Amino acid sequence: MSANTETPLLSVRGLNVYFGPFQALKNIGFDIPTGTTLGLVGESGSGKTTIGKVILGQVKAESGSVIYDGEDITNASRSRRRGLGRDIQVVFQDPYSSLNPTRTIGQTLSEPLMMAGVTSRTDIRRRIKELLDIVGMPADTADRYPFEFSGGQRQRVAVARAVIAKPRLVVCDEPVSALDLSVQAQVLNLLNDLQRELSVSFLFISHDLTVVRHVSHRTIVLYKGEIVEEGDGAQIQDAPQHAYTRTLLAAAPVPDPARQREKRQRWREMRQAQLNT
Amino acid sequence: MTDAVQIDTPAVPRVAGRPNLLLSILLRPLGLFSVLWLSIVVIVAVFAHQIAPYDPMQQNLLAIKQYPSAAHLLGTDAFGRDILSRLIVGSSGTILGVLQALSVAALLGISLGVVAGYFGRWVDRAIGVYVEIIMALPNIIILLVILTIFQRNMSIAMIAVGIIGSANTARIIRSATLGVRNELYIEAARITGLSDLAIIRRHIIPRILGPITVQLSIFAAISILIQTGISFLGLGVQPPFPSWGGMILEASVAINDFPWLLVPSGLTVAITILAFGLLGDSVRDSLAARWTHTSTPQKQRAGFRAGTTSQQAFDDSAALSVRGLTIVTRKDGVEKALVEDLNFDLAAGEILGIAGESGSGKTLSSLAVLGLLPAGVEVVSGQMRFSSKTYDLSNTRALRPLRGQQIAMIFQEPMAALDPCFTIGHHLVEVIRRHTPMSRAEARAKAIEALAEVQIADVETVMKKYPHQISGGMAQRVGIARALIPAPQVLLADEPTTALDVTVQAEILDLLRESQKKRKMSVVFVTHDWGVVADICDRAMVMYHGKALETASVEDIFARPSHAYTRALLAADPHAAPIGERLPTIQDMLKEGSR
Repeated sequence: MSANTETPLLSVRGLNVYFGPFQALKNIGFDIPTGTTLGLVGESGSGKTTIGKVILGQVKAESGSVIYDGEDITNASRSRRRGLGRDIQVVFQDPYSSLNPTRTIGQTLSEPLMMAGVTSRTDIRRRIKELLDIVGMPADTADRYPFEFSGGQRQRVAVARAVIAKPRLVVCDEPVSALDLSVQAQVLNLLNDLQRELSVSFLFISHDLTVVRHVSHRTIVLYKGEIVEEGDGAQIQDAPQHAYTRTLLAAAPVPDPARQREKRQRWREMRQAQLNT
Repeated sequence: MTDAVQIDTPAVPRVAGRPNLLLSILLRPLGLFSVLWLSIVVIVAVFAHQIAPYDPMQQNLLAIKQYPSAAHLLGTDAFGRDILSRLIVGSSGTILGVLQALSVAALLGISLGVVAGYFGRWVDRAIGVYVEIIMALPNIIILLVILTIFQRNMSIAMIAVGIIGSANTARIIRSATLGVRNELYIEAARITGLSDLAIIRRHIIPRILGPITVQLSIFAAISILIQTGISFLGLGVQPPFPSWGGMILEASVAINDFPWLLVPSGLTVAITILAFGLLGDSVRDSLAARWTHTSTPQKQRAGFRAGTTSQQAFDDSAALSVRGLTIVTRKDGVEKALVEDLNFDLAAGEILGIAGESGSGKTLSSLAVLGLLPAGVEVVSGQMRFSSKTYDLSNTRALRPLRGQQIAMIFQEPMAALDPCFTIGHHLVEVIRRHTPMSRAEARAKAIEALAEVQIADVETVMKKYPHQISGGMAQRVGIARALIPAPQVLLADEPTTALDVTVQAEILDLLRESQKKRKMSVVFVTHDWGVVADICDRAMVMYHGKALETASVEDIFARPSHAYTRALLAADPHAAPIGERLPTIQDMLKEGSR
């Protein structure tokens, strides 16, 4: 898991994004070294999803740059973008609408391979079988339709689609937020395993600091379009520097009644202090 | 509760080899009928001259207007011509016309509709203008003009019908495309680098095949009507050549003295039109059956009604006590239990958490208390003891007076619980005046009081706002204020903070706890979040697949969970886990437990 510190796989600098008069992102900058996970935490409206969209080319930046493997892809042409599809992939929050209900899992998984230039049907079938095995799905999954699977299983298929053509970066936009706790654990383990095996990098976007802390090497806290704090997950949790991070941490309840009582007391004091100022 | 409850990971349902499309159409009675009929019509139309028993134009004035006989299976017409032969030969023109119109409408309509819906912007606007122009034109007059100009050329007329029909087809296909254009799988395909054409071919078309087939089958039926209509007017095939429309015209002339003449031609046209409609429906259903849940009858689980009522007595000290609650869903005559023989007691002044994952039945159990179950889901047995009265939970009508009065409810989507057409003030005044008759001004004063209690700062301004102008957290505060107005003894809270940001959640939880203490209210708090359980609940009931696994004080649930499933769920929470290490999953835990 050693990171290549020389040139990061992805480097974002001075990113500004406007939606009309509203500034969604203010001077965002960060690096994602090869084979590591960057966690992006924020509440609704913080701009965390927008960052992912800029990297994927779905939202145009007003200024700033996105450098992928030494290449400026901020304003990449349409044809270059299509080429980048092989290297930069995505996993969405909603496992239901992210798989086409009319296509078999096999048909869905074959698309990234076809775009990566794999033409032989046997190769495609073999690779799909391999991937389904890695994500822990039964071997006959390829011939079935999404409706036959639960939300957690679909999300594993969505992860398989993202990594099947061996991309180097995957943007995970709230990949476990719609899942039950028991299934969430499986998907988080899967992401960790995949990173170890494929040395893929993740941009892990979530509103849940606990989840982000568990999977990320470094974490960024986003508030109203600005980065307010950056550090490794444990550091942010144990020694938060910014007032917003402290509020966020204090507000998140822990599954332990005694500790939660103390925590709530701290949150109340903090809130009272904020209201007074 | 018992440890004997089986916990199994839901297995992937095994679907035995799916029949191919044609077979699955033929397996539907209406599909079989329409395919058979249309095949016969088409085969007859192609080999008309070989099949026809007589020359359709040969007159026999000695045998006019005869009823069916062995020699003339469908009888003879006013000139003694064999009706069956005329019907057979006349089908060619109709089927050819339908095919011409249909192919033009399909080609133009589908491509224009998909392109307009997929690309949007100026492409959509340009195609929209084309569609509107065509729809604004008087169709019949255009057809008559075309028939005049092209000397009654039926092919050109039917192609014109196809062009006219393409407008409506394009409109419907466009809106179907719009509905799927923003689906995430299309986004994913675009990010993967698929070209627009590939996305349309692989993702859009298969998804909208349903509306396409239905629309085209309706159009085919309409074009039969138009084709026969033109012949009926005497503008298409000229007598004495046979055509379906012409035959109806001849029948209408003789309607008074020989009504039978209308039966063969009229019935053929009607059945063919019907067959096209039915074919469209069958194809759509068969297509959808490949990728959606089909109602394959399963073995019925009998006996939910009889003998499941729990013998356990009510806890009379409880504010609310439920016994033997069984909720089922019925689909195609098959009953499935969603909640089975559930018992719980809500002590006075306590907050009882109902914790569980999706499909555990936690929300249904709380909705059943007020008889608010969704359609298709019902209580088959269950008793509730509340304020020294016993209620039968399957009798929804008897529960109605409790709603919002003694038992109130707040929901997961606070915004959906407010009507976008009315101001916040209106919502509250409405509720207040519904419960106690009073003047608007008095009700307004009470509403302001209620909003102040849920710690809304600028009450006067908020009163004037519409739901879309306030935040989710504010909407939930309004929801709580509204629920608390009639001073209920019991509040049912169904995941009230799940849709909120964590900082807002903390405020709402704080507010709920304060109100509960102040009013000495009892609260049922449904949630999937263990942090929330630890924060606000006094006791918790853990549910799994419609059954309560254990109920205990929160201290015990977290420190000494008695059921393996609870232990597994708590361990799967990344809270306690070392960073980056494998999280124990339910499967891991259960394996260990069984050793």
